[in-house]
Amino acid sequence: MMSKMRYSRRSMLKGGAAAVAASTLPAPMIWAQEIKDVTLRQFGTGVSNLNEVGQKVKEDLGFTLEMTALDSDSVTQRAATQPDSFDIADIEYWICKKVWPTGNLQAMDTSKIANYDKIVGIFKDGKLTPESVIAQGTAPHSVGFIEKPGATGFADEPTQWMTLIPTIYNADTLGIRPDLIGRPINNWSELLNPEFKGKASILDISSIGIMDMAMVCESMGEIQYGDKGNMTREEIDKTFAIFTEAKQNGQFRAFWKSFDESVNLMASGEVVIQSMWSPAITAVKSRGIPCVYQPLEEGYRSWGGGIGLSKSLSGLELDAAYEYINWYLSGWVGGFLMRQGYYSAVPETSKEHMSENEWGYWFEGKEATGEITSPFGDVLAQAGETRDGGSFYDRMGSVACWNAVMDENQYMVRKWNEFIAS
Amino acid sequence: MNAHRTLFGWLQATPLALVMIAFLVAPIVMIVIVSFWGATEFSIYPAFQFDNYQFLFGSPVTYKVFLATFKYAAVTWALTLLIGFTVAYFLAFHVRSQTMQIALFLLCTIPFWTSNIIRMISWIPFLGRNGIANTALQNWGLIDEPLEWLLYSDFSVILAFVHLYTLFMVVPIFNTMMRIDRSLLEAARDNGASGAQILRHVIIPLTKPGIMIGTIFVVTLVMGDFVTVRFMSGSQSANVGRLISNDIALLQYPSAAATAVVLLATVLIIIAVLLRFVNIRKEL
Repeated sequence: MMSKMRYSRRSMLKGGAAAVAASTLPAPMIWAQEIKDVTLRQFGTGVSNLNEVGQKVKEDLGFTLEMTALDSDSVTQRAATQPDSFDIADIEYWICKKVWPTGNLQAMDTSKIANYDKIVGIFKDGKLTPESVIAQGTAPHSVGFIEKPGATGFADEPTQWMTLIPTIYNADTLGIRPDLIGRPINNWSELLNPEFKGKASILDISSIGIMDMAMVCESMGEIQYGDKGNMTREEIDKTFAIFTEAKQNGQFRAFWKSFDESVNLMASGEVVIQSMWSPAITAVKSRGIPCVYQPLEEGYRSWGGGIGLSKSLSGLELDAAYEYINWYLSGWVGGFLMRQGYYSAVPETSKEHMSENEWGYWFEGKEATGEITSPFGDVLAQAGETRDGGSFYDRMGSVACWNAVMDENQYMVRKWNEFIAS
Repeated sequence: MNAHRTLFGWLQATPLALVMIAFLVAPIVMIVIVSFWGATEFSIYPAFQFDNYQFLFGSPVTYKVFLATFKYAAVTWALTLLIGFTVAYFLAFHVRSQTMQIALFLLCTIPFWTSNIIRMISWIPFLGRNGIANTALQNWGLIDEPLEWLLYSDFSVILAFVHLYTLFMVVPIFNTMMRIDRSLLEAARDNGASGAQILRHVIIPLTKPGIMIGTIFVVTLVMGDFVTVRFMSGSQSANVGRLISNDIALLQYPSAAATAVVLLATVLIIIAVLLRFVNIRKEL
C-alpha cells in the first residue's frame, strides 16, 4: 500500500478504498474548484472508451471526460487530420507511429507520472523480463519516447518524454469453437486448413489482418519473413497470393470489421475458427456458447494502446490531463480492464482493485476458486477453470509480433483492397 | 420594364442557385480538385498530378470492381423493375376503389418506417447457416445440408438490394399508371386488342417515364452503395463504393476522390443514355 500521506484532499474526504491513489500527486488547492469546470474530450477505439471510466473520473477527479468511440481507421484519421477536435487521444502504438510525425500530439513529462517506475518493461526498454526477446512489429517501446519536446522522430531508448502513456494491451490469437471443431488446434496454419472450408474468417482491418496472415503463412512454412512487422514487397505479394487463393477456394465465410460482427459470426456457428479479440471471446461465452482463445505454438500477435495528449492542450486543461493520466495508472481502471481480460500497464496497482480470485485467474493463470464475473456482471468462468493461455508472463512472454505499420504500408493497403475485391 | 422583369426573375432564382452552388456544385468541384492531389501516409498535399487516375486505370482490380458494380446494378434493376411493375400494375388496374389503392400503397411503405440498415441486417439471421431459412428447408426434408450460398454471397447482396429498393420502382411507375386515361384502354379493347397487346402497346409506352425515373433511382442507389455490399457479402465482395470507403478509411483522400470522380462520370453517362430514351420533363 502507498503511504497515506500521499492521498489527495478529495480522496481523504471520501475515505473509500476505491479512491485510493485517485491522485498520487497532490493537487494544488487553487484549481481544486476550477478543475470542476474542465471538460476533456477523449476519443479512441471501443476497447477502453467506456462510460464507466467517464463516470468514475467525474466522481474521483471532479472534471468531465467526454468520450467518443471509433474504429481504428477513423481514430487514425481523426488524430492525423483534426488535432483540435480532441484533448486526449486513446490510440494504439502503431497508430502513434503513423500520427506522431504530424505533430498533432505533445510529449508527456515522465517526471510528472507518479507510477512511471512501475510501468511494465514492455513499454520502456521493450523487455517483459530481462531475458525477453523483443518481438517483431511496432513494439510499443520503439515509438514510446522522443528525445525532446517537439521532436517528430522517436528516441531509441527511454527518455524523459513519452509519446503515449500505456494504458491497455493484450496478446491476441485465434478464437475457435471447440464444440464444432472437436480436435486440438495448435497452429496458426489451421486457419487455412481445407477442413474448415467456408467456416473461417479474418478481420478486414488491413494493418492487423496482414499480421494474422503473416502468422499463418509462416506457420504453414510457406514464407520466412525477415520482419513480419516490416515486410518487403515480395513478402507482401507472396502473403496475398496464398490468401487470395484460399479466398477463391471458398475458405472464408466472411470477413469482419467490427467487434460485434466477430461475435455474431462465432456465436451463430457461421465460423468456427477466426481472428478474434479477447472480449469478443468473452461475449460469445457469456451467451453460453463454448469458445476458446486458443494459445498457439507460434505465439501471439500483440497490441498495446496508450493515451496521448493533443498539441493544443495547455494550462489548466493540461494539468487536468496529467491528473487523469495519474489516476488512470493508479489502479481502478486497470482492475476494471483486467477483469475483462486485458492487461494494465501497471498491474501491481490494479491488484488492489481485484479480488484474490480475480487476480489469480486473470493475471497469474491460476484455477478460479469461485465464479469469475465481468465488471458488467456476466459470468465468464466457473470455479476450477483457468484462463486460456495461462498467466500474464506466459501470454505476454510468447508474443511473436506486435501490430505494426510498415514502410511499404501504402503498397500493402492497395494489395489488401485487391484481396477484398478478388 | 423589361429589364426590371429580367432582374426580378434573376432575383427569384438566386436563393435556389446559391443553395445549389454551395451544397452541390462546390463539393463536386472540390472532389475533382482533390482527385489530382497527392497523399502521404497521414496527410494530403496540393498538387496537380495524374497518379491517382493512373493507378486507378492501371489496376485490374478497378475494372473487376466496376464490372461487379454494373452487375449488381443490372440484376437489381431487372428484378426491381419486374416486381415494381407488377405491383404497380396490380394497384393501378386491378384494385378498383381508390381507398383500397391508397391503403395498399401505404402498406407497401410500412417496411420503410424502419432504418435501411436494420432491414438489411435482419436478413442475416434469416439466411445464415443455422438460420430460419435453412432450418425450415431441412425440416421439410428439401435439403440435407444447409445451403451455404444463401448468405455472404452475391445472392444475399442482390436480395437485400431488391428488398431495399423495389419501392423506388413502385412509386413512380404507380404514379404514371394512375395518370393513364382509362378510355385509351377501352378504345384498345374495342378495337380488339388482347390483354397482352394492351400491356405492350398502350400501358408500357405510357408508363415509360415512371419506369425511367424508377430506373434512375435504383441504378444510382445501387451504384453508390457500399454498406449493403459490405454487410451482405460479409466483406467478401467489393463494389466501387467500398473501394472509396476503404481509401477514405486509410486516409487516401485523393485516391478516393479520383475513384469518386470516375464513378460520378459513369453514373452521369448512364443517366444521359437513359434520358435519350424518354423525355422525362415532357411527361411529368
